[in-house]
Amino acid sequence: MINKIVKSTAEAVADIFDGAVVMISGFGEAGSPIELIHALIDRGAKNLTVVSNNTGSGHVGIAALIENKQVKKMICSFPRTTNSIVFPELYKKGEIELELVPQGTLAERIRAGGAGIPAFYTPTSVNTPLAEGKEIRVFNDQPFVMEYGIRADFSLVKCKTADRYGNLIYNKTARNFGPVMCTAAETTIVQAGEIVELGGIDPETVVTPGIFVKKVVEIPNPAEESKLVKENRRYPW
Amino acid sequence: MVINESIKGWDRNQMAQKVAFDIPDGTYVNLGIGIPELVAGFVPAGREVIYHTENGLLGMGPAPEAGKEDPELINAGKKCVTAIPGACFFHHADSFTMIRGRHIDICVLGALQVSGEGDLANWSTGEPGAIPAVGGAMDLVAGVKTIFAITQHLTKEGEPKIVKECTYPLTGKGVVNTIYTDLAILDFTDKGLFVREMAPGVTFEYLQQVTDATLYQ
Repeated sequence: MINKIVKSTAEAVADIFDGAVVMISGFGEAGSPIELIHALIDRGAKNLTVVSNNTGSGHVGIAALIENKQVKKMICSFPRTTNSIVFPELYKKGEIELELVPQGTLAERIRAGGAGIPAFYTPTSVNTPLAEGKEIRVFNDQPFVMEYGIRADFSLVKCKTADRYGNLIYNKTARNFGPVMCTAAETTIVQAGEIVELGGIDPETVVTPGIFVKKVVEIPNPAEESKLVKENRRYPW
Repeated sequence: MVINESIKGWDRNQMAQKVAFDIPDGTYVNLGIGIPELVAGFVPAGREVIYHTENGLLGMGPAPEAGKEDPELINAGKKCVTAIPGACFFHHADSFTMIRGRHIDICVLGALQVSGEGDLANWSTGEPGAIPAVGGAMDLVAGVKTIFAITQHLTKEGEPKIVKECTYPLTGKGVVNTIYTDLAILDFTDKGLFVREMAPGVTFEYLQQVTDATLYQ
Protein backbone atom coordinates (compact mmCIF):
# COMPACT_ATOMS: atom_id res chain seq x y z
CA MET A 1 0.00 0.00 0.00
CA ILE A 2 1.21 3.47 -0.79
CA ASN A 3 0.65 5.89 2.04
CA LYS A 4 2.73 9.07 2.09
CA ILE A 5 0.92 10.55 5.06
CA VAL A 6 3.04 11.11 8.16
CA LYS A 7 1.62 12.04 11.55
CA SER A 8 3.79 14.97 12.56
CA THR A 9 6.00 17.70 11.15
CA ALA A 10 8.85 16.29 13.27
CA GLU A 11 8.53 12.93 11.50
CA ALA A 12 8.25 14.72 8.14
CA VAL A 13 11.63 16.48 8.49
CA ALA A 14 13.42 13.77 10.51
CA ASP A 15 15.79 12.83 7.67
CA ILE A 16 17.05 16.34 6.85
CA PHE A 17 20.80 16.24 7.42
CA ASP A 18 23.60 18.78 7.95
CA GLY A 19 24.78 20.28 4.67
CA ALA A 20 21.57 19.47 2.76
CA VAL A 21 20.22 21.59 -0.08
CA VAL A 22 16.65 22.49 0.85
CA MET A 23 14.09 24.19 -1.38
CA ILE A 24 11.34 26.09 0.45
CA SER A 25 8.18 27.14 -1.42
CA GLY A 26 6.57 30.55 -1.06
CA PHE A 27 6.53 34.09 -2.37
CA GLY A 28 6.76 36.12 0.80
CA GLU A 29 4.37 34.42 3.19
CA ALA A 30 2.06 33.11 0.46
CA GLY A 31 2.84 29.39 0.18
CA SER A 32 5.59 29.38 2.81
CA PRO A 33 5.42 26.07 4.77
CA ILE A 34 5.92 27.70 8.14
CA GLU A 35 5.14 24.64 10.30
CA LEU A 36 7.65 22.48 8.35
CA ILE A 37 10.29 25.23 8.65
CA HIS A 38 9.74 25.41 12.40
CA ALA A 39 10.08 21.62 12.61
CA LEU A 40 13.39 21.95 10.75
CA ILE A 41 14.51 24.48 13.37
CA ASP A 42 13.62 21.94 16.10
CA ARG A 43 15.52 19.26 14.14
CA GLY A 44 18.58 21.54 14.10
CA ALA A 45 20.24 20.47 10.82
CA LYS A 46 23.01 22.97 10.01
CA ASN A 47 25.06 24.26 7.06
CA LEU A 48 21.99 24.18 4.85
CA THR A 49 21.81 25.71 1.40
CA VAL A 50 18.30 27.11 1.10
CA VAL A 51 16.65 27.82 -2.24
CA SER A 52 13.66 30.15 -1.80
CA ASN A 53 12.48 33.36 -3.47
CA ASN A 54 12.86 35.50 -0.32
CA THR A 55 14.67 35.38 3.02
CA GLY A 56 11.66 35.64 5.32
CA SER A 57 10.36 38.42 7.54
CA GLY A 58 10.40 39.13 11.26
CA HIS A 59 11.69 36.28 13.42
CA VAL A 60 9.55 33.35 12.23
CA GLY A 61 9.64 30.93 9.30
CA ILE A 62 12.70 31.21 7.00
CA ALA A 63 13.95 34.26 8.91
CA ALA A 64 13.98 32.19 12.14
CA LEU A 65 15.81 29.34 10.37
CA ILE A 66 18.47 31.85 9.27
CA GLU A 67 18.57 33.53 12.68
CA ASN A 68 19.15 30.10 14.26
CA LYS A 69 22.40 29.91 12.19
CA GLN A 70 21.29 26.83 10.26
CA VAL A 71 21.70 28.37 6.80
CA LYS A 72 25.11 28.67 5.16
CA LYS A 73 23.90 29.99 1.83
CA MET A 74 20.70 31.46 0.34
CA ILE A 75 19.85 31.10 -3.33
CA CYS A 76 17.08 33.61 -3.99
CA SER A 77 15.84 36.48 -6.18
CA PHE A 78 14.76 39.04 -3.60
CA PRO A 79 16.56 38.85 -0.26
CA ARG A 80 15.13 42.03 1.19
CA THR A 81 11.45 42.57 1.82
CA THR A 82 9.42 44.66 4.23
CA ASN A 83 10.16 43.39 7.75
CA SER A 84 13.19 41.48 6.50
CA ILE A 85 15.69 42.05 9.32
CA VAL A 86 17.59 38.83 9.97
CA PHE A 87 19.16 38.15 6.57
CA PRO A 88 20.39 41.72 5.92
CA GLU A 89 22.16 41.80 9.30
CA LEU A 90 23.96 38.49 8.81
CA TYR A 91 24.80 39.33 5.19
CA LYS A 92 26.38 42.65 6.16
CA LYS A 93 28.47 40.83 8.77
CA GLY A 94 29.58 38.31 6.11
CA GLU A 95 27.99 35.44 8.04
CA ILE A 96 25.78 34.13 5.24
CA GLU A 97 26.38 33.62 1.51
CA LEU A 98 24.01 34.87 -1.17
CA GLU A 99 23.56 33.67 -4.72
CA LEU A 100 21.28 36.21 -6.35
CA VAL A 101 19.24 34.79 -9.25
CA PRO A 102 16.62 36.57 -11.38
CA GLN A 103 13.20 35.27 -10.39
CA GLY A 104 12.38 33.65 -13.74
CA THR A 105 15.83 32.11 -13.96
CA LEU A 106 15.36 30.73 -10.45
CA ALA A 107 12.02 29.16 -11.42
CA GLU A 108 13.48 27.73 -14.64
CA ARG A 109 16.62 26.40 -12.92
CA ILE A 110 14.36 24.52 -10.50
CA ARG A 111 12.07 23.33 -13.32
CA ALA A 112 15.11 22.16 -15.33
CA GLY A 113 16.57 20.37 -12.32
CA GLY A 114 13.31 18.52 -11.82
CA ALA A 115 13.04 17.69 -15.51
CA GLY A 116 16.54 16.22 -15.83
CA ILE A 117 17.91 19.15 -17.82
CA PRO A 118 21.41 20.04 -16.52
CA ALA A 119 21.63 23.51 -18.06
CA PHE A 120 19.88 25.86 -20.47
CA TYR A 121 20.29 29.25 -22.16
CA THR A 122 18.15 32.27 -21.27
CA PRO A 123 18.02 35.89 -22.48
CA THR A 124 17.55 37.09 -18.89
CA SER A 125 20.49 39.00 -17.35
CA VAL A 126 22.55 39.25 -20.56
CA ASN A 127 24.71 42.43 -20.41
CA THR A 128 24.17 42.76 -16.65
CA PRO A 129 26.42 42.00 -13.66
CA LEU A 130 24.44 38.81 -13.00
CA ALA A 131 25.76 37.29 -16.25
CA GLU A 132 29.42 37.98 -15.42
CA GLY A 133 31.61 34.88 -15.61
CA LYS A 134 28.86 32.83 -17.25
CA GLU A 135 28.96 31.27 -20.72
CA ILE A 136 27.27 33.41 -23.40
CA ARG A 137 26.11 31.84 -26.63
CA VAL A 138 24.49 33.44 -29.65
CA PHE A 139 21.37 31.90 -31.21
CA ASN A 140 19.67 33.67 -34.15
CA ASP A 141 21.93 36.72 -33.63
CA GLN A 142 20.83 37.16 -30.01
CA PRO A 143 23.04 36.48 -26.97
CA PHE A 144 21.88 34.10 -24.24
CA VAL A 145 23.45 33.18 -20.90
CA MET A 146 23.87 29.61 -19.73
CA GLU A 147 22.30 28.73 -16.40
CA TYR A 148 22.43 25.41 -14.54
CA GLY A 149 19.46 23.39 -13.33
CA ILE A 150 19.19 23.05 -9.55
CA ARG A 151 18.35 19.89 -7.65
CA ALA A 152 17.83 19.64 -3.92
CA ASP A 153 18.01 16.95 -1.28
CA PHE A 154 14.68 18.11 0.16
CA SER A 155 11.81 20.41 -0.81
CA LEU A 156 9.45 21.80 1.81
CA VAL A 157 6.16 22.81 0.20
CA LYS A 158 2.78 24.10 1.36
CA CYS A 159 -0.44 23.21 -0.43
CA LYS A 160 -4.17 23.33 0.16
CA THR A 161 -5.30 19.75 -0.41
CA ALA A 162 -3.49 16.41 -0.73
CA ASP A 163 -4.31 12.70 -0.81
CA ARG A 164 -2.27 9.72 0.41
CA TYR A 165 -0.69 9.29 -3.04
CA GLY A 166 0.74 12.82 -2.76
CA ASN A 167 -1.46 14.44 -5.41
CA LEU A 168 -1.69 18.15 -4.61
CA ILE A 169 -3.72 21.24 -5.30
CA TYR A 170 -2.76 24.69 -4.14
CA ASN A 171 -4.46 27.92 -3.02
CA LYS A 172 -4.42 30.96 -5.33
CA THR A 173 -1.05 32.75 -5.55
CA ALA A 174 0.32 30.50 -2.77
CA ARG A 175 1.03 28.01 -5.59
CA ASN A 176 4.08 29.99 -6.88
CA PHE A 177 7.25 27.86 -6.57
CA GLY A 178 5.55 24.78 -5.03
CA PRO A 179 4.92 22.71 -8.17
CA VAL A 180 8.44 23.11 -9.61
CA MET A 181 10.11 22.54 -6.24
CA CYS A 182 8.16 19.29 -5.79
CA THR A 183 9.79 17.95 -8.96
CA ALA A 184 13.37 18.96 -8.12
CA ALA A 185 14.13 17.25 -4.80
CA GLU A 186 15.11 13.70 -3.87
CA THR A 187 12.59 13.99 -1.02
CA THR A 188 9.63 16.34 -1.26
CA ILE A 189 7.84 17.01 2.01
CA VAL A 190 4.45 18.70 1.90
CA GLN A 191 2.22 20.34 4.49
CA ALA A 192 -1.40 20.27 3.36
CA GLY A 193 -4.35 22.18 4.78
CA GLU A 194 -6.42 19.04 4.39
CA ILE A 195 -5.90 15.43 3.35
CA VAL A 196 -8.76 13.83 1.43
CA GLU A 197 -9.58 10.26 0.40
CA LEU A 198 -8.24 8.97 -2.94
CA GLY A 199 -10.59 10.28 -5.60
CA GLY A 200 -11.38 13.31 -3.47
CA ILE A 201 -9.30 15.43 -5.86
CA ASP A 202 -10.64 15.52 -9.43
CA PRO A 203 -7.81 14.07 -11.60
CA GLU A 204 -8.37 16.93 -14.06
CA THR A 205 -7.48 19.48 -11.39
CA VAL A 206 -4.39 17.82 -9.86
CA VAL A 207 -1.55 20.37 -10.04
CA THR A 208 1.29 18.27 -8.62
CA PRO A 209 1.05 14.57 -9.53
CA GLY A 210 1.76 12.36 -6.50
CA ILE A 211 4.87 10.78 -8.04
CA PHE A 212 6.83 13.93 -7.13
CA VAL A 213 5.90 13.79 -3.44
CA LYS A 214 7.36 11.56 -0.67
CA LYS A 215 5.70 12.75 2.55
CA VAL A 216 2.52 14.65 3.42
CA VAL A 217 1.54 16.04 6.81
CA GLU A 218 -1.83 17.63 7.52
CA ILE A 219 -1.74 21.13 9.06
CA PRO A 220 -5.39 22.25 9.11
CA ASN A 221 -4.85 25.80 10.36
CA PRO A 222 -1.38 26.96 9.35
CA ALA A 223 -0.03 30.08 11.06
CA GLU A 224 -0.11 33.34 9.12
CA GLU A 225 3.41 34.73 8.94
CA SER A 226 2.30 38.36 8.71
CA LYS A 227 0.19 38.01 11.87
CA LEU A 228 3.11 36.47 13.76
CA VAL A 229 5.38 39.27 12.54
CA LYS A 230 2.86 41.90 13.61
CA GLU A 231 2.71 40.31 17.07
CA ASN A 232 6.53 40.31 17.10
CA ARG A 233 6.61 36.55 17.75
CA ARG A 234 9.89 34.64 17.60
CA TYR A 235 10.53 30.99 16.86
CA PRO A 236 11.43 28.93 18.88
CA TRP A 237 8.46 30.24 20.91
CA MET B 1 21.87 72.71 -15.28
CA VAL B 2 19.26 75.13 -13.96
CA ILE B 3 16.02 73.66 -12.64
CA ASN B 4 12.98 75.84 -13.26
CA GLU B 5 10.98 75.52 -10.03
CA SER B 6 7.92 77.18 -11.61
CA ILE B 7 7.38 74.15 -13.88
CA LYS B 8 5.19 71.76 -11.92
CA GLY B 9 5.00 69.01 -14.55
CA TRP B 10 2.51 66.14 -14.43
CA ASP B 11 1.74 64.55 -11.07
CA ARG B 12 1.96 60.79 -10.48
CA ASN B 13 -1.67 60.21 -11.41
CA GLN B 14 -1.33 62.22 -14.62
CA MET B 15 1.80 60.24 -15.52
CA ALA B 16 -0.06 56.98 -14.90
CA GLN B 17 -2.94 58.29 -17.03
CA LYS B 18 -0.56 58.98 -19.94
CA VAL B 19 0.73 55.40 -19.74
CA ALA B 20 -2.79 53.99 -19.49
CA PHE B 21 -3.81 55.85 -22.63
CA ASP B 22 -1.06 53.98 -24.55
CA ILE B 23 -2.28 50.54 -23.49
CA PRO B 24 -4.44 49.17 -26.32
CA ASP B 25 -7.61 47.13 -25.94
CA GLY B 26 -7.04 43.39 -25.58
CA THR B 27 -3.48 43.46 -24.24
CA TYR B 28 -1.81 41.45 -21.49
CA VAL B 29 0.06 43.81 -19.19
CA ASN B 30 2.48 43.38 -16.29
CA LEU B 31 2.64 46.33 -13.88
CA GLY B 32 5.69 46.85 -11.68
CA ILE B 33 5.67 48.04 -8.09
CA GLY B 34 5.15 51.75 -7.19
CA ILE B 35 3.88 54.33 -9.73
CA PRO B 36 3.15 51.54 -12.28
CA GLU B 37 0.48 50.18 -9.91
CA LEU B 38 -1.52 53.40 -10.45
CA VAL B 39 -1.86 52.73 -14.19
CA ALA B 40 -4.67 50.16 -13.81
CA GLY B 41 -6.93 52.88 -12.42
CA PHE B 42 -6.78 54.97 -15.61
CA VAL B 43 -7.37 52.59 -18.49
CA PRO B 44 -9.95 54.33 -20.74
CA ALA B 45 -13.48 52.93 -20.71
CA GLY B 46 -14.22 50.34 -23.37
CA ARG B 47 -10.75 48.77 -23.28
CA GLU B 48 -10.32 45.29 -21.83
CA VAL B 49 -6.84 44.77 -20.38
CA ILE B 50 -5.67 41.64 -18.52
CA TYR B 51 -3.13 42.20 -15.76
CA HIS B 52 -0.41 39.64 -15.12
CA THR B 53 1.42 39.44 -11.83
CA GLU B 54 4.54 37.30 -11.97
CA ASN B 55 3.78 35.45 -8.74
CA GLY B 56 1.15 33.48 -10.60
CA LEU B 57 -2.05 35.34 -11.50
CA LEU B 58 -3.48 36.42 -14.84
CA GLY B 59 -6.55 38.58 -14.33
CA MET B 60 -5.47 40.60 -11.32
CA GLY B 61 -8.19 42.91 -9.99
CA PRO B 62 -8.05 45.88 -7.64
CA ALA B 63 -7.24 45.78 -3.92
CA PRO B 64 -9.91 44.01 -1.82
CA GLU B 65 -12.30 45.82 0.52
CA ALA B 66 -11.08 46.19 4.08
CA GLY B 67 -11.57 42.93 5.95
CA LYS B 68 -11.59 40.82 2.79
CA GLU B 69 -7.80 40.54 2.38
CA ASP B 70 -6.43 37.06 1.67
CA PRO B 71 -2.69 36.65 2.40
CA GLU B 72 -2.57 33.92 -0.25
CA LEU B 73 -3.91 36.26 -2.96
CA ILE B 74 -1.20 38.86 -3.49
CA ASN B 75 0.66 40.74 -6.21
CA ALA B 76 4.37 40.92 -6.98
CA GLY B 77 4.70 43.69 -4.38
CA LYS B 78 3.21 41.25 -1.84
CA LYS B 79 0.10 43.42 -1.42
CA CYS B 80 -3.34 41.84 -1.24
CA VAL B 81 -5.28 41.94 -4.52
CA THR B 82 -8.37 40.32 -6.02
CA ALA B 83 -8.87 38.00 -8.98
CA ILE B 84 -11.37 39.05 -11.69
CA PRO B 85 -13.95 36.60 -13.12
CA GLY B 86 -11.99 34.69 -15.78
CA ALA B 87 -8.72 34.89 -13.86
CA CYS B 88 -6.34 31.94 -13.57
CA PHE B 89 -3.54 30.85 -11.25
CA PHE B 90 -0.33 29.10 -12.31
CA HIS B 91 3.12 28.24 -10.95
CA HIS B 92 6.27 30.32 -11.31
CA ALA B 93 7.82 28.46 -14.24
CA ASP B 94 4.61 28.94 -16.24
CA SER B 95 4.45 32.58 -15.18
CA PHE B 96 7.94 33.25 -16.52
CA THR B 97 7.15 31.22 -19.64
CA MET B 98 4.56 33.93 -20.27
CA ILE B 99 7.20 36.60 -19.64
CA ARG B 100 10.32 35.21 -21.32
CA GLY B 101 8.36 33.49 -24.07
CA ARG B 102 7.14 36.89 -25.35
CA HIS B 103 3.48 36.31 -24.49
CA ILE B 104 3.06 39.44 -22.34
CA ASP B 105 2.48 42.54 -24.49
CA ILE B 106 3.45 45.42 -22.23
CA CYS B 107 5.38 45.86 -19.00
CA VAL B 108 5.33 49.12 -17.04
CA LEU B 109 8.40 49.49 -14.80
CA GLY B 110 9.98 52.09 -12.57
CA ALA B 111 13.53 53.27 -13.31
CA LEU B 112 16.60 54.51 -11.49
CA GLN B 113 18.24 55.45 -14.81
CA VAL B 114 17.46 55.07 -18.52
CA SER B 115 20.16 55.68 -21.12
CA GLY B 116 19.84 57.34 -24.51
CA GLU B 117 20.19 53.85 -26.00
CA GLY B 118 17.23 52.48 -24.01
CA ASP B 119 19.35 50.73 -21.38
CA LEU B 120 17.49 50.36 -18.08
CA ALA B 121 18.90 50.35 -14.54
CA ASN B 122 16.23 49.73 -11.91
CA TRP B 123 17.41 47.05 -9.47
CA SER B 124 20.52 48.28 -7.68
CA THR B 125 22.47 51.44 -7.02
CA GLY B 126 25.58 49.26 -6.82
CA GLU B 127 26.58 50.81 -3.50
CA PRO B 128 29.04 48.69 -1.54
CA GLY B 129 27.30 46.92 1.36
CA ALA B 130 23.85 47.31 -0.22
CA ILE B 131 21.91 44.06 -0.40
CA PRO B 132 21.25 43.29 -4.04
CA ALA B 133 17.71 42.19 -4.92
CA VAL B 134 16.52 41.71 -8.48
CA GLY B 135 13.18 39.89 -8.41
CA GLY B 136 11.64 39.50 -11.86
CA ALA B 137 12.87 42.76 -13.44
CA MET B 138 15.58 41.21 -15.64
CA ASP B 139 13.19 38.54 -16.94
CA LEU B 140 10.53 41.14 -17.72
CA VAL B 141 12.82 43.37 -19.79
CA ALA B 142 14.30 40.34 -21.57
CA GLY B 143 10.96 38.90 -22.60
CA VAL B 144 8.07 41.36 -22.66
CA LYS B 145 7.41 42.82 -26.13
CA THR B 146 7.05 46.48 -25.13
CA ILE B 147 8.67 48.12 -22.10
CA PHE B 148 7.32 51.40 -20.69
CA ALA B 149 9.48 53.10 -18.06
CA ILE B 150 7.67 55.50 -15.74
CA THR B 151 9.78 57.75 -13.55
CA GLN B 152 10.39 61.27 -12.31
CA HIS B 153 12.58 63.15 -14.79
CA LEU B 154 15.12 64.04 -12.08
CA THR B 155 16.31 62.36 -8.88
CA LYS B 156 15.39 63.86 -5.51
CA GLU B 157 18.82 65.51 -5.60
CA GLY B 158 17.98 67.11 -8.98
CA GLU B 159 20.24 64.84 -11.08
CA PRO B 160 19.06 63.68 -14.52
CA LYS B 161 17.71 60.11 -14.62
CA ILE B 162 17.78 60.01 -18.41
CA VAL B 163 21.49 59.76 -19.04
CA LYS B 164 23.99 59.17 -21.83
CA GLU B 165 25.13 55.99 -20.12
CA CYS B 166 23.77 54.31 -16.99
CA THR B 167 26.17 54.41 -14.04
CA TYR B 168 24.08 51.95 -12.02
CA PRO B 169 24.17 48.20 -12.82
CA LEU B 170 21.96 47.39 -15.82
CA THR B 171 18.69 45.49 -15.73
CA GLY B 172 18.77 45.14 -19.52
CA LYS B 173 20.47 46.71 -22.54
CA GLY B 174 18.43 48.57 -25.18
CA VAL B 175 15.13 47.37 -23.75
CA VAL B 176 13.01 50.50 -23.09
CA ASN B 177 10.50 51.60 -25.75
CA THR B 178 8.97 54.68 -24.12
CA ILE B 179 9.76 56.81 -21.05
CA TYR B 180 6.96 58.64 -19.21
CA THR B 181 8.20 61.31 -16.80
CA ASP B 182 6.65 64.25 -14.98
CA LEU B 183 7.99 66.49 -17.77
CA ALA B 184 7.59 64.54 -21.03
CA ILE B 185 6.86 61.38 -22.98
CA LEU B 186 9.94 60.14 -24.86
CA ASP B 187 9.96 57.41 -27.54
CA PHE B 188 13.00 55.36 -28.54
CA THR B 189 13.37 55.02 -32.31
CA ASP B 190 16.16 53.81 -34.61
CA LYS B 191 17.20 57.45 -34.95
CA GLY B 192 17.34 58.27 -31.25
CA LEU B 193 15.21 59.44 -28.36
CA PHE B 194 12.30 61.56 -29.62
CA VAL B 195 10.09 63.90 -27.60
CA ARG B 196 6.44 63.01 -28.21
CA GLU B 197 4.74 65.27 -25.66
CA MET B 198 5.78 67.79 -23.02
CA ALA B 199 4.03 68.84 -19.80
CA PRO B 200 2.55 72.35 -19.68
CA GLY B 201 5.26 75.02 -19.57
CA VAL B 202 8.08 72.70 -20.65
CA THR B 203 10.05 73.71 -23.75
CA PHE B 204 12.32 71.44 -25.79
CA GLU B 205 15.33 73.55 -24.78
CA TYR B 206 14.48 73.23 -21.11
CA LEU B 207 13.85 69.49 -21.42
CA GLN B 208 17.23 68.95 -23.08
CA GLN B 209 18.88 71.00 -20.37
CA VAL B 210 17.57 68.66 -17.64
CA THR B 211 18.28 65.53 -19.70
CA ASP B 212 21.81 64.13 -20.00
CA ALA B 213 20.99 61.98 -23.06
CA THR B 214 20.55 63.69 -26.45
CA LEU B 215 16.90 64.38 -27.38
CA TYR B 216 15.31 64.86 -30.80
CA GLN B 217 12.06 66.53 -31.83
